[in-house]
Amino acid sequence: MFEYVWLIPLFPLIGVVINGLFGKKIKNEAVIGGIATLAVVGSFVVACGILFQLLSLPGEERHFVKTVFTWIQCGPFKADMAFLIDPLSALMLMVVTGVGSLIHLYSIGYMHGEEGFYRYFTYLNLFTFSMLLLVSGANMLVMFIGWEGVGLCSYLLIGYYFHKKSAGDAGKKAFVMNRVGDFGFLLGLFTLFYYMGVNHNVWTVDFTELAKHADLIPVGGVTTVVCLCFFLGATGKSAQIPLYTWLPDAMEGPTPVSALIHAATMVTAGVYMITRMNYVYIKSPTALLVVACVGAATALFAATIGTAQNDIKRVLAYSTVSQLGYMFLALGCGAFGAGVFHLMTHAFFKACLFLGSGSVIHAMHHALHAEHSSADPQDMRNMGGLRKKMPITFLTFLIATIAIAGIPGFAGFFSKDEILWQAYANPFHGPVNFVLWAVGATAAGLTAFYMFRLVFMTFFGETRLSEKAWHHLHESPIVITLPLMVLAALSALGGWIGVPKVLGEALGGLPNMYEHYMEPVLAYSTEYMHTAGLHGLHSEAAEWGLMGVSVLIACCGIAVAAALYVVKPTIPAAFTSTFPALHRAVYNKWYVDEIYDFLFVNPCKALGQFLWKGFDVVVVDGIVNGVAAVFRGFSGILRHVQTGFVHNYAYSMVLGVVVIVACYLFR
Amino acid sequence: MSQLPLLSILTFLPLIGAILLLFMPKNSHGAIRGLALAVSAVTFVASIPLITGFNPTGGFQFVENVPWIAAGPFQMSYHLGMDGISLWLIILTTFIMPIAILSTWTAVEEKVKEYMICLLLLEVGMIGSFVALDLFLFYIYWEVMLIPMYFIIGIWGGKNRIYAAVKFFIYTMVGSLLMLVALIALYFKAGAGDFSILRFYELNLDPVTQTWMFLAFALAFAIKVPMFPLHTWLPDAHTEAPTAGSVILAAVLLKMGTYGYVRFAIPLFPDAQAKFMPLIATLSVIGIVYASLVAMVQQDVKKLVAYSSVAHLGFVMMGIFALNQQGVAGGMLQMLNHGVSTGALFLIVGFIYERRHTRMISDFGGLAKQMPIFATIFMIVTFSSIGLPGTNGFVGEFLVLLGAFESSMRPWAIIATSGVILSAVYMLWMFQRVMFGELSNPKNQNLKDLNAREIAIMIPLVVLIFVMGVYPRPFLDTMAPSIDNMIAQAKKKQAVAMNVPAGMINPHAGIPGAPPITMPAPAGEAAPAAQAAPAVPTAANPHAGIPGAPPIEAPAAAPENK
Repeated sequence: MFEYVWLIPLFPLIGVVINGLFGKKIKNEAVIGGIATLAVVGSFVVACGILFQLLSLPGEERHFVKTVFTWIQCGPFKADMAFLIDPLSALMLMVVTGVGSLIHLYSIGYMHGEEGFYRYFTYLNLFTFSMLLLVSGANMLVMFIGWEGVGLCSYLLIGYYFHKKSAGDAGKKAFVMNRVGDFGFLLGLFTLFYYMGVNHNVWTVDFTELAKHADLIPVGGVTTVVCLCFFLGATGKSAQIPLYTWLPDAMEGPTPVSALIHAATMVTAGVYMITRMNYVYIKSPTALLVVACVGAATALFAATIGTAQNDIKRVLAYSTVSQLGYMFLALGCGAFGAGVFHLMTHAFFKACLFLGSGSVIHAMHHALHAEHSSADPQDMRNMGGLRKKMPITFLTFLIATIAIAGIPGFAGFFSKDEILWQAYANPFHGPVNFVLWAVGATAAGLTAFYMFRLVFMTFFGETRLSEKAWHHLHESPIVITLPLMVLAALSALGGWIGVPKVLGEALGGLPNMYEHYMEPVLAYSTEYMHTAGLHGLHSEAAEWGLMGVSVLIACCGIAVAAALYVVKPTIPAAFTSTFPALHRAVYNKWYVDEIYDFLFVNPCKALGQFLWKGFDVVVVDGIVNGVAAVFRGFSGILRHVQTGFVHNYAYSMVLGVVVIVACYLFR
Repeated sequence: MSQLPLLSILTFLPLIGAILLLFMPKNSHGAIRGLALAVSAVTFVASIPLITGFNPTGGFQFVENVPWIAAGPFQMSYHLGMDGISLWLIILTTFIMPIAILSTWTAVEEKVKEYMICLLLLEVGMIGSFVALDLFLFYIYWEVMLIPMYFIIGIWGGKNRIYAAVKFFIYTMVGSLLMLVALIALYFKAGAGDFSILRFYELNLDPVTQTWMFLAFALAFAIKVPMFPLHTWLPDAHTEAPTAGSVILAAVLLKMGTYGYVRFAIPLFPDAQAKFMPLIATLSVIGIVYASLVAMVQQDVKKLVAYSSVAHLGFVMMGIFALNQQGVAGGMLQMLNHGVSTGALFLIVGFIYERRHTRMISDFGGLAKQMPIFATIFMIVTFSSIGLPGTNGFVGEFLVLLGAFESSMRPWAIIATSGVILSAVYMLWMFQRVMFGELSNPKNQNLKDLNAREIAIMIPLVVLIFVMGVYPRPFLDTMAPSIDNMIAQAKKKQAVAMNVPAGMINPHAGIPGAPPITMPAPAGEAAPAAQAAPAVPTAANPHAGIPGAPPIEAPAAAPENK
């Protein structure tokens, strides 16, 4: 099966070619959607086969590289078009193709009747192709194809409704901000490649080769620079401070796109990349601290904005930014496995939430359309009471919300709890650990609050729709609800593969299958921490205690949301009018976009204008044209000598003769 | 290998075509266009054997060398030949010509005969410049290119064409004349013989002479590239030139400048190259950033593309001056990429100009709805220009930056890398304003999508964009030995000048020996240290080069890693 790994990205690529070239002629939605979905399902089947084969091998043999051809070879630099199979990439392949298949299926229903149906599925397949390259590439260059490829598809899909200016703007913003990250990615790659080559004769960008020579990577120094450069790349792709502002705007794209790209897969690329290079990061405590702090800060910051948004998708967008922050917090604590675990559970529940919100928006759109209302179908202030009309959507949405809030037993609990514990107990950051934990826990409380606020505003209470619209509100068709049900089941149960040790023992010896599964990927880091004497805190009591605290905080968040939005719905309005400035700041996302415009965008435009009109036209061309004018001036003067009259020339000849003779005589 | 004088045939086929055109009736436009297209197509087909018959490790090939002029102290030879460096540039020229001619089909209705003659004569000059190994012959072809281009801009150009044509001509002429002076000086330094570049390569010039001659050559080439701040003729020439003129100007003529550095300025004057590296690197980086910022605020699509050319050529210059395998190969590849991508962009601008007779960005918007095929092609080309991996732009840009990073240009390379952000900004913003948004302007609502001829023009370019991005090896592999030779040539002479035995220098050095770094880019220190390194073999990096090449002297640390 390993030999056929190249089939995984190939299937969606075939889908791209078919739908891209002939989609317009095919016209039949079922055929177009079917081809695209089957392509991804095909990849999923192959990925399953690879996973099973992987599991049948002993731990240390779970590593395979398939080289297809040599892509670039130039001097000592060589990059193959090659795929890497190990537990990490197999897991990512499963998540991408699994969630991807469901979202493709969902899209057939959601995008029904859209003008650019074939275009949508072409882009979606292209995205899947790029994402699969990203997670299965055996070297940084193949990863970078995927890395930029997903950025391209993100651009295309955000700008899918290209006639809307806001959509075009959002797509461009996403791409440019990702490019800022790519700048870091490239510099990190150059530095690592050059350093390892010049000092150790290891000229490689291949992950396997690098891992083999991981001992040569120095502690601190240049490694910190490399790590921070790559991390800049990760902040762009994974929407972390300071490059997160594109993600909320990305909600201009169709909702399934938000689910697939801006929640489940693409935005986790940064987490994947850092885990892939864990043996580099583990050598730089400084970089780990930066990653942890940025992650924690993003988790909290985005959560605060999430509490004040009224657009259902924007709440989820900020929630995604915040949850990604958790993943980076885990990575920064050296808990790479925990970060990827949260990546997986987050893919389940956040995809479910986005698709659920899509189902709601879809229904709202039809309901509002029926009465020709121009009200915003995404604004939660127009909703309320939807649980009566949309029971499946409601139930699946609720399960996913419980999962993200961290209620014990559901997927999010296991992964989030693991992260908070690692933030507290890791051996890297000393006293900062407590701060990291506290920030993480606060953000967890806010998460529970804003997510339940969303649920209450959307599904509970009385409807705020008109009677006619309410009458037209319906549950979505099965192609939409089926993916919801599958994802809800995964959100509920997916966490049990990674039961923490203390809890597993208390429940009668449940193993932590996930941790065991990831061991080969993290072997070097574990070994390194062991030999370097980096041991985290071991205390069952503390672990139980923190678990209790985080559950308590989550419950508090839910309780506050219930109090404010169900029991006493007047309080939020009162709060807003008491602290108008604070509310405005939060509602306007702390004015970060405006600050960036002021600091970067406008000065760049002004500088461009100045350089063009000021330097190019005035200085350079001024000199050029000036020189020309001087010559023209001189020739203009000299022209008067050339009169064309013979007697003038005769006079001057006589004058010349006189002068020469005079010179000769008086020499 | 074929016994035919293939390079001569290639050079003079278009001339024969031009002569035939002279006898065509003036008004039979269809026949004139057909003949010109046929001639350029035949030339392209005739250039294919160059690829198939090329032996990458064989040095100069398809050589023709006959004595030509002997006038007083001067001897000139008709000396042609090509190697891996010129191979793809010749192919690019013969490939782009039929496309350019096909693009004029409906765009030029006046003086069609003269236009086609100019285009074909231009091709003579371009191919001739790339194959000439006699510097005097090169100079003649170099000047031959100038005149048809002058007419193309001046006669078939836009409103301000006379100003643009004269500016183009005088700018270039100033550079050429200095080059001519340096060339004659070089000839006298070399002693009895002809103007063969191979003879000049063997010269050992003292640093002062090198400096002056380098400056003369470099100025001529820098104007052609064009490098900041000598670039202002380019936006004017591009905006005023007709589409075919812009395409050829961008795709081939600008490459004359960078080719000149690779073929002449650097290997002939390597000490001066080392000396002026910081200056050239600085100007290239300024060019990249400056041109990108200026491109961002342009209101005319064509001018925007013209400025983007300046930025792209800045990358090429960086790569070439890095003087290692990655840098130079990346630079060479970037020349081809720029020819394909920017050529395609000018064609695209031509398409909408022909339809709407305006190039102002603000006159457009929402075209994607009306012209979906055009939108797709435009988007592919845009992303190729931005350098998206998988397209051609990426491979070249990546190798250039990597090569520059590995050389003593590291601090400059870091700034240049920011170009990847800026290129996305100006290209995507332009694309958005032209293609996205509401189709509000009524004049745009009846626009027709591309017709079959226009699609046929674009398809080869789009295919090349992907082929060069996914499988660039045929290009890189054929160029590598010639580039190695060029680098060795330059490095050896640098070493000779510093009194180090030539044998101590690794001829395959892919990376100019830079001392191991512990921290990247301490700007001030790294640069001079690395620059001095080739002179000190013990500090030089001996294992750099093609993987697998036996290390000449392994460092203490190396064996234990194996």
